[in-house]
Amino acid sequence: MSHFLDRLQFFKKHQESFSGGHGVTTDENRGWEDGYRRRWQHDKIVRSTHGVNCTGSCSWKIYVKDGLVTWETQQTDYPRTRPDLPNHEPRGCPRGASYSWYIYSANRLKYPKVRKRLVKLWRAAKQQHNDPVEAWASIVENPEKAKEYKQQRGLGGFVRADWREVNEIIAAANVYTVKTYGPDRVTGFSPIPAMSMVSYAAGARYLSLIGGNCLSFYDWYCDLPPASPQIWGEQTDVPESADWYNSNYIMCWGSNVPQTRTPDAHFLTEVRYKGTKVVAITPDYSEVAKLTDQWLAPKQGTDAALAMAFGHVILKEFHVQNPSEYFTDYVRRYTDFPVLVMLEKGEDGHLHQGRFLRASDLNDNLGQPNNPEWKTIAINQADDALVSPTGSVGYRWGEKGKWNIKQTDGKTGDDVTLRLSLKDCHDKIADVAFPYFGGAEHEFGYFQNTQHDDIIQRKVPAREITLNDGTKVLVATVFDLTLANYGVDNGYDDPNVASSYDQDIPYTPAWQEQITGVAKEDVIKIAREFATNADKTRGRSMIIVGAGMNHWYHMDMNYRGLINMLMMCGCIGQSGGGWAHYVGQEKLRPQTGWQPLAFGLDWQRPPRHMNGTSFFYNHSSQWRYEKLEMTEVVSPLANKEKWSGSIIDFNSRAERMGWLPSAPQLGTNPLQLCKDAEAAGMEPQDYAVQQLKSGELNFACLEPENPQNFPRNMFIWRSNLLGSSGKGHEYMLRHLLGTKHGLMGKDLGESGGKKPQDIKWEDNAAEGKIDLLVTLDFRMSTTCLYSDIVLPTATWYEKDDLNTSDMHPFIHPLSAAVDPVWESRSDWDIFKGIAKQFSETAKGHLGVEKDLVTVPILHDTPAEMAQPFGIQSWWKGECDLIPGKTAPNMVVVERDYPNTYARFTSVGPLLEKLGNGGKGINWNTEKEVQFLGQLNQVHHKDGVNKGRPKIESAIDAAEVILSLAPETNGQVAVKAWAALSDITGIDHTHLAKPKEEEKIRFRDVQAQPRKIISSPTWSGLEDEHVSYNAGYTNVHELIPWRTITGRQQFYQDHEWMRDFGETMCLYKPPINLKTVKPIMNKQPNGNTEIALNWITPHQKWGIHSTYSDNLLMLTLSRGGPIVWISEPDAQRAGIVDNDWIEVFNVNGAIAARAVVSQRVPEGMSMMYHAQERIVNVPGSEVTKTRGGIHNSVTRAVMKPTHMIGGYAQQAYGFNYYGTVGCNRDEFVIVRKMSKIDWLDEDSKDEDINKAEG
Amino acid sequence: MEFINTLFFGIYPYIATGIFFLGSLLRYDREQYSWKTGSSQMLSSKNFRIANVLFHVGIIMILLGHFAGLVLPWEIWHALGISLPAKQLIAMGVGGFFGVLCFIGLTMLVKRRLFDPRIRANSSKMDTVILLLIYLQLIVGLVTIVISSGHMDGAVMYNLMSWSRYLLTFRPVEAVEFISSVHPVYKFHVALGITLFVLFPFSRLVHIWSIPVQYVRRSYQIVRQKA
Repeated sequence: MSHFLDRLQFFKKHQESFSGGHGVTTDENRGWEDGYRRRWQHDKIVRSTHGVNCTGSCSWKIYVKDGLVTWETQQTDYPRTRPDLPNHEPRGCPRGASYSWYIYSANRLKYPKVRKRLVKLWRAAKQQHNDPVEAWASIVENPEKAKEYKQQRGLGGFVRADWREVNEIIAAANVYTVKTYGPDRVTGFSPIPAMSMVSYAAGARYLSLIGGNCLSFYDWYCDLPPASPQIWGEQTDVPESADWYNSNYIMCWGSNVPQTRTPDAHFLTEVRYKGTKVVAITPDYSEVAKLTDQWLAPKQGTDAALAMAFGHVILKEFHVQNPSEYFTDYVRRYTDFPVLVMLEKGEDGHLHQGRFLRASDLNDNLGQPNNPEWKTIAINQADDALVSPTGSVGYRWGEKGKWNIKQTDGKTGDDVTLRLSLKDCHDKIADVAFPYFGGAEHEFGYFQNTQHDDIIQRKVPAREITLNDGTKVLVATVFDLTLANYGVDNGYDDPNVASSYDQDIPYTPAWQEQITGVAKEDVIKIAREFATNADKTRGRSMIIVGAGMNHWYHMDMNYRGLINMLMMCGCIGQSGGGWAHYVGQEKLRPQTGWQPLAFGLDWQRPPRHMNGTSFFYNHSSQWRYEKLEMTEVVSPLANKEKWSGSIIDFNSRAERMGWLPSAPQLGTNPLQLCKDAEAAGMEPQDYAVQQLKSGELNFACLEPENPQNFPRNMFIWRSNLLGSSGKGHEYMLRHLLGTKHGLMGKDLGESGGKKPQDIKWEDNAAEGKIDLLVTLDFRMSTTCLYSDIVLPTATWYEKDDLNTSDMHPFIHPLSAAVDPVWESRSDWDIFKGIAKQFSETAKGHLGVEKDLVTVPILHDTPAEMAQPFGIQSWWKGECDLIPGKTAPNMVVVERDYPNTYARFTSVGPLLEKLGNGGKGINWNTEKEVQFLGQLNQVHHKDGVNKGRPKIESAIDAAEVILSLAPETNGQVAVKAWAALSDITGIDHTHLAKPKEEEKIRFRDVQAQPRKIISSPTWSGLEDEHVSYNAGYTNVHELIPWRTITGRQQFYQDHEWMRDFGETMCLYKPPINLKTVKPIMNKQPNGNTEIALNWITPHQKWGIHSTYSDNLLMLTLSRGGPIVWISEPDAQRAGIVDNDWIEVFNVNGAIAARAVVSQRVPEGMSMMYHAQERIVNVPGSEVTKTRGGIHNSVTRAVMKPTHMIGGYAQQAYGFNYYGTVGCNRDEFVIVRKMSKIDWLDEDSKDEDINKAEG
Repeated sequence: MEFINTLFFGIYPYIATGIFFLGSLLRYDREQYSWKTGSSQMLSSKNFRIANVLFHVGIIMILLGHFAGLVLPWEIWHALGISLPAKQLIAMGVGGFFGVLCFIGLTMLVKRRLFDPRIRANSSKMDTVILLLIYLQLIVGLVTIVISSGHMDGAVMYNLMSWSRYLLTFRPVEAVEFISSVHPVYKFHVALGITLFVLFPFSRLVHIWSIPVQYVRRSYQIVRQKA
């Protein structure tokens, strides 16, 4: 009752001693313990998760007490797997467990905020102009006013505002920009829909309805492996982590599984109890290296050399010397090994590897009237005749029932067995030229080169055939070319191939040892084990691969190298086997249900999509500093004159040829263009073509420095673009934002470098191209700090949404455990509010408008067959400008601007009219729309959406996704499989029939995560008998891969691929970015400067930048940014552990603490990427401004082969193919700092003090 | 004047005592989680240990001295053969020595409390007020030694001893008479001392109640039974 009285019971005190008086038992009051008990009492538990792009997608219990979120723990109620397979739980990691800290932390965004300088200008302008659009115009059209607020970005000065005011500013800016410059001058960036798909859809729906661009992210993050579309015609499809348990041999190659796939790692440890051997291949002694049976440590960036040597051993022992029956059968059926390639005599006298032989090359098109240019040819073993086997892309479009890989002749329908090698039936042994890149010397001698010629002649058995024009040409199979490429002796007395593994001939184990440092004995042993296992288990060998290897300029080679191993061993599409690339939560499982919602396809098609890398490279003016010559990276066999342009030139050519998308699209306002067309009495498309041909109109990409082509307005949500993924961070600060930056490089004008050929050069670089940057976030991230308006969004415990991953087959929710705190709102509500205000503000400025949208030639559409032979530029008169064929397609879209809100909140009529679908298949979805009308109810008020199903709340939106998607609606799944069956001629509906009546609703997933339904959108199955494995339906249902040949491709035959020497996989060393020498030892501070390779892997104490400003996680690490270096390097530079160091090159500078560790090999510096720079970051001595993020020393460098389009699998798709933002070839200068300056004094600028004070 | 003397030295001490005991009791019963020393050693440990020890040794000895002088009946001293002048001399000497120790320690603590940004940011108003008041009280106490050196006969000390003796035996009217004639510095010192008792329950000083003497001989492990 009373603590005091309790203490007074001196005489009643009962004490017993124990342990010889060392301890005593008392009967004192224990009431104080209730304090701790109350700490763990709660009122309710709500299911949610973290939308953080870690691929974890773990279901969590969120505990709520007195209306506050108190903590979270892991859910353990995932649906069970099956006997002899461990269950998925527990899933979660310490990062997720620390999330609730954010909600009530000082870093939480609580109110809408706006830059003070801007809001002052705005309020003054509103005094003078009644119309908000005119008010906005008065600010941005005045260069002084515009500069005044733009140059304050990132320098503080936010003030609280109310929702009404910020929505009005945003709407006014959007209306002004759409009206003045065009809707394609409004852009949005938000990544990884799978992590919170309704939130993504909210912004994307708004932008798509007004005609803005949505930027891709997967390629920009460099998580997209271009090798995957090249080989499979598939963005990325991978096994779920449970399938690791089905494997008998696993390589963890550049994937730090326990650290970056924490919730899945248990499958990897569990399968080891079954006897599975696990090998780690990482350059550093990482966490995964500790976990495995054997660790190989190739030098970073040389993985392709190792993969080539593995491949050499596998080919020699399992395909030539002692062929595996299983492997031979597999490569014959499922890969392009039997397909014929033409050998072309080049001007240099060499015999080059040419393009695939096509039916159109042969007499009478080999009996193929439909798409003969797109039907590849092989030789039937039985009668030695040329056949066009079914399944190539030509069979996919324009005819039905023949797009399958049943091993039949497309003409007769007879069964065929394709010949792999011409060894026994060749006309000639040809000397074919193979380019060799491993001889190039590295700038710092860090990457070893070998002494081999850059062109190697190897003997290949060939057959001479006569084409329909009478010419004779040599052809060879991909298999024979592959053997020669790998340097495998096949008995032709060739001095340039290896008869022994010890010979220093590319690509033997002995050859690779000089480059990678891995002992050749280890290579031979592991290659044998890997292949022997695959042979005995029919493909149960697996390679888990992570981002690291994909971030090099020549990532395609790293990836193709190891994918080739998997294809040679028949592992792709087999349970427990295959390519397990886990980078980015790319698997938006109900994708086809989500697309209409996200891109407004229910109201108008097509949406504007843009590839992120090209966008940022272009608009942050990184091209103005480009030092990499294409002649340095193309093949020695290529015509160098063709490659004299700068990277941006090739990108602009790709845009004009319809290969890549553009943003902005044309050099004029597309709304105005349609009006002009009407005035001229022409269709907008014809008018645009005429204007483009006459040169009066240009693509916007040709004049990126013209104010007409600036990306004026930008939204960023669910992303920390500037604190995490902004390659070329300082370029963005300078050119995109026009604010203080640490960029030290000189542009090509200042340095007198070679300027681009096609792009208009302005000596004065544009700065501050963006007029309004709006960021939605729940925390004050780096991106928020640089924005003009910051909108507080609901956290992952305060909103309703959906979440899926590639790591497990479940769909489960984010749920509002509590309402959004303070004035925050969910992303759905924020964009709904903006849409409403926009519709109001647009009145009088924008009505129903026609908008001409340019669309690149898209993969999975008939247009992907646009450009079968050669590359032709319409602007040079090499061909006519035919939209959708030689140039982007052009489509007129009608926008109803004042009804944007009405459209936003309802399901539009196009779904009934045009159906729904994806990846080349389409189905009728009237029933589902009707059902949504019943479920969500319909709008009753008069207006454009009267009678249409409602999408008012985030849950309504979730129901739209769930109802329309085959993965969550069994009846749609059956329809989708039936649609595919039509094309393949094989009945696939049995895969979904048992689940036809299954329908997953939002409340279902709130009750328990639900396993999704198999759909043809994906290449794996979700059923009771196999774990999800990519390529499974290709192998087991005989659905072709979506490539030219319809098979997995060892060979790439596009002209640019040939020019880059990448017809086959080979080793290409890291490139020289020339960012260190101009600045090394130029600004000495007394300490030694050393140049190190810059590696930026995923974090241990955060997921990208999230959690890296969370005090709980900071406490577990060192409380701020750190860079790891090796002991010898540290000694060389006089650095000891925990010293403050500076890391810099011409791109910018970073200030961080050093971690000196044996983990790191010499010559490497490693900074876990995306450590927020808002905690514990001092000033840099070289830039005199605060140290930047890991991307302050990087810049995007693009590779033209990723721009290829209009060519079957090498055709554009949003987040499917396109330029990628690689950054690992970079070198930096590391030195100890001499003076730590925290830059925490007040600004000396009186005016700023006054203005901000 | 007489009224003020009566108020401060006849009535105020009883009110202060009431607040002191009742306040401590209520805080102990109602605010267990606030019953603490409020140590800031974790935030800044530079020179902290020496300052803290000097202060605590000094202040504990001074408090014991005041107890010996003001609460113990003078007859005990007399029986021990210590005369009043001798007692005054001892008080001035011992008090002066520990007073200086305490002063050094407290000066360091005050400086730390006011000028160390981390400590300052983590201080409550009461933390600062109570520290400054103790500092002031200590300085005034040291000043009284100087004044006392002007009259070494022990008469003033006798008056002060009598004041407390009469107060403790609930004879406030006579008590006030003893104190009314002493030097104002003594009066100020006494009044401030009483004020510290008033503030005691509202400050971190409550930790004095929980002085951990039993730690000296307690068992290593104490287990509480289930209720």
